[in-house]
Amino acid sequence: MKKFFALLLCLAMACTMLAGCGGTETTATLRIYNWGDYIDDDVLDQFRKDHPEIKVVYDMFDSNEAMLAKLEGGAEYDILFPSDYMIEKLIQEEMLQELDLSRIENLDNIGDSFLNMAFDPGNKYSIPYMWGTVGILYNTTMVDDPVDSWDILWDEKYAGKIVMYDSVRDSMAVALKRLGYSVNTTDDGELQEAAETLQAQKPLVMAYMMDNAKSTMINGGAAMAVVYSGDAIFCMGENEDLAYAVPKEGSNVWVDGVCITKSCTGENLDAAYTFLSYLCDAEVAKANSEYIGYATPNAAALELMDDAVKADPAYNPPQDVLDRCEVYLDLGDKEAVYSRYWEQIKAN
Amino acid sequence: MKRSVFATPYLIWMAIFILVPLGIIVYYAMTAAAPDGGVVFTLDNLIKAFDPLYMGILGRSVWLAFIATCVCLLIGYPVALILTSRNFKKGSLLIILFVLPMWMNFLLRTYALINILDNGGVVAQFLGLFGIQNPKLLYNTFAIILGLVYNYLPFMILPIYSAMVKIDHGLIEAAEDLGANSWNVFRRVRFPLSLPGVVSGITMVFMPAVTTFAVSRLLGGSNFMMYGDVIENQFFFMRDWHFGATLSLVMMVLMLVSSFIFRKYQDDDSGGMLW
Amino acid sequence: MVKVKSLFQKGYLGLVLLFLYAPIATLIIFSFNAGKTMGKWSGFSLKWYEQLFQDPSLMSALSTTLTIAVLSALIATVIGTLAAIGIHSMRKRTRSLVETATYIPMLNPDIVTGISLMLLFLFLRVSLGYTTLLLAHITFNIPYVIFSVLPKLRQMPQNLYEAALDLGCKPTRAMWKIIVPQIMPGIVTGAIFALTLSIDDFVVSYFTTQGVSNLSIAIYAMARRGISPKINALSAIIFVSIVTLLLIVNIRANRVQNGKEKKA
Repeated sequence: MKKFFALLLCLAMACTMLAGCGGTETTATLRIYNWGDYIDDDVLDQFRKDHPEIKVVYDMFDSNEAMLAKLEGGAEYDILFPSDYMIEKLIQEEMLQELDLSRIENLDNIGDSFLNMAFDPGNKYSIPYMWGTVGILYNTTMVDDPVDSWDILWDEKYAGKIVMYDSVRDSMAVALKRLGYSVNTTDDGELQEAAETLQAQKPLVMAYMMDNAKSTMINGGAAMAVVYSGDAIFCMGENEDLAYAVPKEGSNVWVDGVCITKSCTGENLDAAYTFLSYLCDAEVAKANSEYIGYATPNAAALELMDDAVKADPAYNPPQDVLDRCEVYLDLGDKEAVYSRYWEQIKAN
Repeated sequence: MKRSVFATPYLIWMAIFILVPLGIIVYYAMTAAAPDGGVVFTLDNLIKAFDPLYMGILGRSVWLAFIATCVCLLIGYPVALILTSRNFKKGSLLIILFVLPMWMNFLLRTYALINILDNGGVVAQFLGLFGIQNPKLLYNTFAIILGLVYNYLPFMILPIYSAMVKIDHGLIEAAEDLGANSWNVFRRVRFPLSLPGVVSGITMVFMPAVTTFAVSRLLGGSNFMMYGDVIENQFFFMRDWHFGATLSLVMMVLMLVSSFIFRKYQDDDSGGMLW
Repeated sequence: MVKVKSLFQKGYLGLVLLFLYAPIATLIIFSFNAGKTMGKWSGFSLKWYEQLFQDPSLMSALSTTLTIAVLSALIATVIGTLAAIGIHSMRKRTRSLVETATYIPMLNPDIVTGISLMLLFLFLRVSLGYTTLLLAHITFNIPYVIFSVLPKLRQMPQNLYEAALDLGCKPTRAMWKIIVPQIMPGIVTGAIFALTLSIDDFVVSYFTTQGVSNLSIAIYAMARRGISPKINALSAIIFVSIVTLLLIVNIRANRVQNGKEKKA
């Protein structure tokens, strides 16, 4: 037993050596906080090589809320990659720095429809990074009805084979849109209706999933699931029976952005702008989009892509789809109401 | 020198890293965010924590944890017994085999478990041979308990094993010499001596199981909110750290009080057994 | 009769091991999957192993996990064992209090432990990093060590220590030579607990570190995008390494055993 531990210690030490060490003179530190697996490794490596004077510290989070909790606890970062509604929250919390857009080269590569979005008018605090829609991923061999409305998720024919998204905003959004309301509504009556319809749906729902919906859909474990378009594209690539649709009642269009925090100053701030400019480069954005598999808001990058990709409606939805999608806005105090309904739905 | 002085390093550690954070939790639990940005002392959160919605969820979590603990005990006790019997000389190394699965990342092994229990998975196929179609093995209470047992079984086996190993074989031989058969040897020698380990195991499984959230979310399909989920919700989505702290505090107090009563009962008993 | 019993015993252990290892076998098998998810087998491939070795951030996360696990387990075992010995000799009332306080980290949901420690560190103006990560891990490990050692102390004949002192033994030596061997199974169990908890911890680690990631953080952060089979490959390698370690120790122990038997 003692020997076992001793050998284990050696293994640990050996791994430390493997991880290597290095060090050159750096004048700036860039503390980046991003989703896991949300940047092309080569892109990051290239940035490090091009800028040896910048020390890149790269941390990862698994949800917007986890990121916010860490920030609220007092941890400091320079660059964040939050989602739309979280950007709005961060603006309210006064954690973000106003961007000097003139310092971001290649900014004109970004498509116009992604600038000046409702959660950050004028792009004062963020530039878009990745985007997509929310819709229904369904298995064509298991679903014989047309999938064009959220109603199908309430269809008893598919009881026990329906997967909803395990987040209060996304599930409420589905219910609200089905009832014809806005995903950002603060009307108590509308919210109660939505909550009731979700409660009524619960017996039909197999599970509320987030990322594990992907493998369930790929191996045919469920007939339909509410997913993000990027995940849908991935799943369709792994299983030809799958298809994706954004219902006619409309849906949510989501945008993940990049921001600079208030705690980023001086040399680090210069480094931050260098990084943002780098991300907006067409080739870099293309590489990121191809690696991650989500749609890029960078029009110049889109131009460089294969026609097949450009024509894919899941990746590059036509304008009429975009017109019926809404971006999430922060709900302020109403969030407690949303969450309370969600707790009740889940508690029973 | 008094032996209790050995505990001093721990007591200092405990003061800094357990009691001070506890103080922070109590502080948060007793206050709420004031509209102007500061904090105001209030007991509203405490009252809210006892709302039937939350108490119901706590009850369910405790119940599931209890069942999981029982199953762990039923499965784990024989394992420890067998490993310490005379047939197994390498018990101390074998025990690592029972712990090793826990060294694989939790998410990964849970996804693998889902894969196995899924409708197209191995277990479903096996049951299909017996004519059982579409077994509902996932996204329900069964799956949650299975997941809890899977993740906590080694924590039950280890303490029981530790208590049983090095049971003076002289004692067992003496009992056998005095005419006891296998069953009586077990009932009167091994079982009583293993009890401290059993109590330890129950503690180390039940307590963390009550506040588990990942298992219920992944294996339960997030169909049932557990107490751990509710607390997590407060910190992440509701961003009400105060209420989150309150819920945690309430649960802590309830659990500690019940464990206190349980230990009082157990202490009286075991005192008689050892002397 | 003995043979049948032995067969039953081995069979039972085998079943339990089957239950425990079914998911492990699955994830190892899928590390050789050409496809990207565990949902579907797309053919045999070693590419994930290749990609794993080309990923320095994962390697560094692995080393962090291992060193933190070993260090925190070591320190927690020392502090915890001493603590258990001390607690065992306390008056009933003090002992009750200390034990109750020791339950707290076990009882608290990880989030509360993580956030309260994070607030503590930031309040003390200690910046988050490797050290705070280590401190946090030691903190949640110690209670498990204490509750592993305490039962063994209770099982121990209580007057051995006094007897040794009466025979002229110095206190420290008595402790080392008398008490420790008696409670060794508890100490080892506690150490194993500590290692296990440390290796797989996510939430507490997430909140108590910055700039330094451990394996759990790296893996959980991937969850939204889908866990790359690189991680399956990594897990497979870890698994094989540990089993090999066990075999090596086992073989050496056998040799020593045989050597002793030959001498006798």
